[in-house]
Amino acid sequence: MSLSFDIPVFEVVRNEKRCIQCQVCVRQCFNSVHSYDEDDNVVCTDDIKCVNCHRCVTLCPTRALIIKKYPLEFRENTNWTSNAIKEIYKQSQTGGVLLSSMGNPKAFPIYWDKILLNASQVTNPSIDPLREPMETKIMIGRKPEKLDFDVKGKLLTEMPPQVELSTPIMFSAMSYGSISRNAHESLARAATELGICYNTGEGGLNRDFYKYGKNTIVQVASGRFGVHKEYLSAGIAIEIKIGQGAKPGIGGHLPGKKVGEDVSATRMIPVGSDAISPAPHHDIYSIEDLRQLIFSLKETTSYKKPVFVKIAAVHNAAAIASGIVRAGADAIVVDGFRGGTGAAPTRVRDNVGIPIELALAAIDQRLVEEGIRNQASLIVAGSIRNSSDIVKAVALGADAVYVGSAAVIALGCHMCHTCSTGKCNWGIATQEPELVKRLNPDIMYKRLVNLVSAWNHEIQEMLGGMGINAIESLRGNRLMLRGIDLNEKELKVLGIKYAGE
Amino acid sequence: MCIQKMKEQKNIGNHVKGEFIMIIDALNLHYRDLNNLLDVIIIKGERNIVLKNVFGQRYIGRGLSENTKVKIYGTPGNDMGSYMDGAELEIFGNGQDAVGNTMNSGKIIIHGSCGDTLGYAMRGGEIYVEGNVGYRVGIHMKEYKEMKPVIVAGGKAGEYLGEYMAGGVIILLGLNFEEEKNTGIIGKFCGTGMHGGIIYLNGVPSECNFGKELTRFNLIKEDFFLLKKHIDFYAKTFKKDIKHLKMESFSKYVAINKNPYSNMYCAY
Repeated sequence: MSLSFDIPVFEVVRNEKRCIQCQVCVRQCFNSVHSYDEDDNVVCTDDIKCVNCHRCVTLCPTRALIIKKYPLEFRENTNWTSNAIKEIYKQSQTGGVLLSSMGNPKAFPIYWDKILLNASQVTNPSIDPLREPMETKIMIGRKPEKLDFDVKGKLLTEMPPQVELSTPIMFSAMSYGSISRNAHESLARAATELGICYNTGEGGLNRDFYKYGKNTIVQVASGRFGVHKEYLSAGIAIEIKIGQGAKPGIGGHLPGKKVGEDVSATRMIPVGSDAISPAPHHDIYSIEDLRQLIFSLKETTSYKKPVFVKIAAVHNAAAIASGIVRAGADAIVVDGFRGGTGAAPTRVRDNVGIPIELALAAIDQRLVEEGIRNQASLIVAGSIRNSSDIVKAVALGADAVYVGSAAVIALGCHMCHTCSTGKCNWGIATQEPELVKRLNPDIMYKRLVNLVSAWNHEIQEMLGGMGINAIESLRGNRLMLRGIDLNEKELKVLGIKYAGE
Repeated sequence: MCIQKMKEQKNIGNHVKGEFIMIIDALNLHYRDLNNLLDVIIIKGERNIVLKNVFGQRYIGRGLSENTKVKIYGTPGNDMGSYMDGAELEIFGNGQDAVGNTMNSGKIIIHGSCGDTLGYAMRGGEIYVEGNVGYRVGIHMKEYKEMKPVIVAGGKAGEYLGEYMAGGVIILLGLNFEEEKNTGIIGKFCGTGMHGGIIYLNGVPSECNFGKELTRFNLIKEDFFLLKKHIDFYAKTFKKDIKHLKMESFSKYVAINKNPYSNMYCAY
């Protein structure tokens, strides 16, 4: 073993005057940063193990701890940044593929922050949602070209299956395995209380959670883990996962160490076996093949469940989305390049895919031009951070959004980006029983309910400000958007005018 | 139009002597109508069904549960027996692609050959094919506790046999091997990404046909027992004389590691 060049990323600063040696930090840190020296009655720290998850800082009763960026710098160099150097140290030591968690952290443009919303002044009254009706309910699913009625006014048109959401927000696919049972339970209970949906991810559905079925979207990915007829019928809709924003074109590997008894039973694979999702579905090499899978799922569930198809936002997303609609999907899910993940090769996460804002605008435009926009709902994901991102997404053409990172942050995630280690001190991205029980679903599901309820109210306020009383009326209404700090090409792709125009 | 056909269908469905009492003529029926018709008569309690004149209708037997037997004459389409959960399908003709896709349990018997991705991600049940099978057969087969899927084919297989295989058993008898001297019993890339399950092959193909994730083992008593059980069933079902087939000539391939990628990454 050669000399390790690793240097700490963070420095744990302990205020010795405040520290009472209670050892909460020692017990709370699964990364073993803190240790107690009985002889000297001091708590020691090993900075190099710290991932900056804030668990010890948050729980320290005397506020004795602060975590700082480690002050050691390399000689200044805008090209060879400290990250670029450290990555080479890591790879030359291990020979491994760099693995990262959560979404793309690089300084690419965030278009949400370059788009501004409109409001009514004088010529059109704004609406106060506290005192006037304001609808944020939406229906996800294929909409017929026209409606036929008989002479008595009874609907003759057979309506394709729809999913009703009280607000255009759903919790993204996060598998049981990548996140803990208690995290899953929190999402399921919150979705049920809110009248929205959560998504099982590709790891199957634990039988204990079948009772949340009306608010569950069951996912079918290339590994087909835990997929059987009962599972397909358990949810309100089925989602075929083709790609994920954080790792377009890449499959998934849940390491065997995270496949304990319960995960094993849910995924229906042996304990300790790697759960490998191939990069493609090997029964899908074309749009026609995708149609075959969509209809195999529809056939198996008697055409009662809408089928979503999820893709990563990539260069030809608009053409692909058109194909997906023509293949018979009831909804398209597009996941942008900032979307989160439990683990993805760093190079892929940071360099593959395109921003969701541009993909969304291009897809909506394309489907409208082809006259097929009504045939499928459009759901977007990939770093929706707040309610104004949602309002902008809807105005760019989305029916609804998926939130993943925001949901886990509500559950206590402190964005330390180390989900893949399985040592999540907040009990979210872990299967360690000791850590999982730190997340109490009875309490934490309410945080999700709070978050979505607050966002829903904010959405109503912004809609009201624009003089719009139903979110359906905002969809694709790009006149409500203006760009700032964008070039002509960006404005063209987004289909919006510049501020002042 | 379809409904009219379905009404006619009821007249065609008649009672015959013997075990199978429900016959459906599938000629010119869309798969949706055919499968719907199957559902309706199964709900009515029919458990022995014969489908005649099947011409490429997809998804026959999808999600079908136990205690139902369907005999199919003709050429059923893709995704036959997908998500199947205990039923038994017997096909007098060739199978197409993705037969037994994500099958949970049950039995599929094909008196003919079969296309690509046979048994994709199947988790339980048994598939017997009289002749050859296509590409990527048994891809990502898996097993869970007592659920151990089995694919037995009398002939040879295309490339990528048992790719990503995570459990279950694939047996190739290579009965037509002698006749086709220029081609092997398997194509290239057999067992790439394999991390579970067993592949039994008649003979010992060249090593260059295999992925790096599997290795050959000697057969032990349990292997002979398993092979005999399935080969006997094959011979009985397809009425084949297999006296010349020697158990000793089989080779067994098993994944080297059930966690093949555990050392591939470095988290940071």
